[in-house]
Amino acid sequence: MPLETSPRAGNIRELPEITVASDTRDYLAHAAKQALKYDDYELIVDMDAHLQEGGFWGEIIGLLENDVLKQTAEEMMRGRGGMPLINMQPGMSFQSMSGRVPHQSGPQEKTDDPAISGHRFVQIVRRTMDAMGCDYQVIFPTSMLHLGMNPMEDIEIYLARAYCRWLSEVIMPQDKRIIGLAYLPFNTPDECEKLVKQYADNPQIVGFTVCAVRHKPVHSNQYMRLYRMIEETGKPLIFHAGPHWDDPSFSQLNRFISMHALSFVHYNLIHMTNWVINALPERFPKLKTVWVESGLAWIPFLMQRLDHEVMMRQNEAPGLKRLPSEYMKEMFYSSQPMERNNLELLQATFKAINAETQLLYSSDWPHWDFDPPSSITTLPFLGDQAKRNILGLNAAKVFNLPVKRLRPRAADFLAQEAERHR
Amino acid sequence: MPDVSVGKASDFADPGRKVVDISGTEIGVFRLGDDFFAYHNICPHLDGPACQGKILPCATEDVQPDGTSMGRVFSKTQMNIICPWHGYEFDIRTGKHPTDGRARLRPVNVSVRDGEVYVNVPAR
Ligand code: FES
Repeated sequence: MPLETSPRAGNIRELPEITVASDTRDYLAHAAKQALKYDDYELIVDMDAHLQEGGFWGEIIGLLENDVLKQTAEEMMRGRGGMPLINMQPGMSFQSMSGRVPHQSGPQEKTDDPAISGHRFVQIVRRTMDAMGCDYQVIFPTSMLHLGMNPMEDIEIYLARAYCRWLSEVIMPQDKRIIGLAYLPFNTPDECEKLVKQYADNPQIVGFTVCAVRHKPVHSNQYMRLYRMIEETGKPLIFHAGPHWDDPSFSQLNRFISMHALSFVHYNLIHMTNWVINALPERFPKLKTVWVESGLAWIPFLMQRLDHEVMMRQNEAPGLKRLPSEYMKEMFYSSQPMERNNLELLQATFKAINAETQLLYSSDWPHWDFDPPSSITTLPFLGDQAKRNILGLNAAKVFNLPVKRLRPRAADFLAQEAERHR
Repeated sequence: MPDVSVGKASDFADPGRKVVDISGTEIGVFRLGDDFFAYHNICPHLDGPACQGKILPCATEDVQPDGTSMGRVFSKTQMNIICPWHGYEFDIRTGKHPTDGRARLRPVNVSVRDGEVYVNVPAR
């Protein structure tokens, strides 16, 4: 066997360990190679990517419109750092699996001079979109997903407003590929209505989100005016699930994995059940709803369960003119975290939810269970058109986005990367 | 394809690793004691850079003879390489996932001659 004892310089490059300080482009280098395979797709929209607020909390706090909360938060930040006003227990954050999945703990990568390259977060999102081959990313918060359980209602209201301002005034003007949603402080319906009015005409605020970790019945009469207002904007209402270990039932679960697996599904199961059984799709037929980050397996379960019971207990769901599953088939769902271990079941799920027209690709980047676009392109049972729809064309309809390529060619991005590493 | 040197055996930490891109083929080379192992840097889950992750001992459940658990403890014998994309773990000696061995890293031939570590780069 011929030996090459001194490999040719230039043909061999050492690849470093991926750490929390790694550049997003290095982290996602394999995704960039995968992007060559779907480079001819018209549009790729990642409908759920996350801001890790920790690195930017001082900026968001600075936009609080309540001087008492602002002084409190600034004082807390000076003392201990962290994320004042956020109701999460820092000692129970197991998302990164003790450092096994470092990107969950970022961003700690270096960015370029903001005066030339833009805000640090904008730079990082661009790196992500270019590496994965996305035209747009819809940004959601992370730690703020729990605010619905914060006992101080004013904190949710003022943080919602500050977050919306930071996104729409600081971040989004720097890049039209970054789009976002107005965070609705759902525990206070009047305040939600004010935000809907304020952002209805903002083209980069493409919808309104309810962070679903909360104990608020979505069918309550206090929300009907809000739903009507959102319906009239033509923008979607988006329920984003989340984890919450403090829910009494979940306190029996002794591992993060157990809580995480159930909690994300749990909140969307409850809100969807209330939404359907109270026949809200009949009352707001033009209101588009999107159910985010609960995976997909829960949907056929709930369809079957509700169909079965509605046939026996019609008197408790008299607003329904069709079976629950028929309404649910007309709603929209995000794809991540897509359960792929049993492809036969997944295929049946795709059929049950009309995935070809109702499913929207989402990465959930930079969270530990993110899905790259290849999670869709490599599905053996999907046709080419279905893949194109799920990866972008369905989102273009839901969010009223132009079908126009904004991302760089995958080959150009890879060439740039080769140059960066030279 | 020729054998390609990836460096001196003595330059590897123990446990340690080096991941190299050889003309577009990415290979992770691992050292455990006097033994070397090599795998393609492609995770069987979603093609993540599995060999570029953290190296940690395998976590095990400390179950007593009476069936009670004393919680989790690190293995004294098994070291895993952990894919940084989503945390799939692979036994460095076998390349297999501890729960489902059907998920495994693709091995690459590795040898040590005169203190130099070589990998045989498969044709692409
Ligand atoms: S790609 Fe390696 S764990 Fe998912």
